[in-house]
Amino acid sequence: MQMDFIVDKEAKTVAITREFAAVLSLVWDAYTKPELLDQWWAPKPLTSRTKAMDFEVGGRRFYAMVTPEGVERWVVQKYTSITPKTNFKLFNAFADESENLELPGSDWDLNFSEQDGTTKVSISIYNESLERLERMIAFGFREGTMGQLNNLEDLLARLKNQDPGT
Amino acid sequence: MDIRRDVFQAIADPTRRAIIALIALQAMTPNAIAEHFDTSRQAVSKHLRILIECELVAQKQKGREIYYSLEIQKMKEIDKWLEQYRKIWETRFSQLDDVLATIKKQKKEEK
Repeated sequence: MQMDFIVDKEAKTVAITREFAAVLSLVWDAYTKPELLDQWWAPKPLTSRTKAMDFEVGGRRFYAMVTPEGVERWVVQKYTSITPKTNFKLFNAFADESENLELPGSDWDLNFSEQDGTTKVSISIYNESLERLERMIAFGFREGTMGQLNNLEDLLARLKNQDPGT
Repeated sequence: MDIRRDVFQAIADPTRRAIIALIALQAMTPNAIAEHFDTSRQAVSKHLRILIECELVAQKQKGREIYYSLEIQKMKEIDKWLEQYRKIWETRFSQLDDVLATIKKQKKEEK
């Protein structure tokens, strides 16, 4: 499915829109239940490990992104507003393992709507500081790139073995 | 107070974006830059200082004049970060596709 990704540098906002081939209640669950979130939230080869989560206004999800080597990067997402199966808002910030926040964070606004069994999710992320985004990418994406490189190496090795000329 | 500048801050201001557009074409002296704006020279100097602190703009001495030029590489970095951020979300969502498909399959089998 096509993903819209619009960066408004002036407004310091990233707007992401994506459709999913599933009914709204299922997609809503995938965003709001820890056991489901942990299955998809972390871009491979990172894994997501939710330590605590209470999906209610004033509640939060406290989770770690974990590298294959076991390095943890903790994040807190505080829920500031919830309209069931329609919208929720959260404040996202890095933290240490004792849940002390590293500010500034970012404000997220997530909208859900369904049409003919397809669910559209629109996420707007307001970043007070690009520095935060930069750090997040430095952690998350480096791992992702390494994974891709490993995959490429495997593929090249396989192709080599298949080549009858060698 | 120790203010750490970031690039979003540099490009959040319309005057600074205009300065960036100006000096992207050629290095300019502060006087030449200020001529393009209605604001005071002081105001322009302040914007230039912020751009330098963000490392988006470099200053070079040429004879008696100081010239300001754009650090193209730094501008590219902004787009690189954002491109990487986009990739994180793409990966995340394709993983969500898989999770949703698995749950749908499980539900069908239960019926």
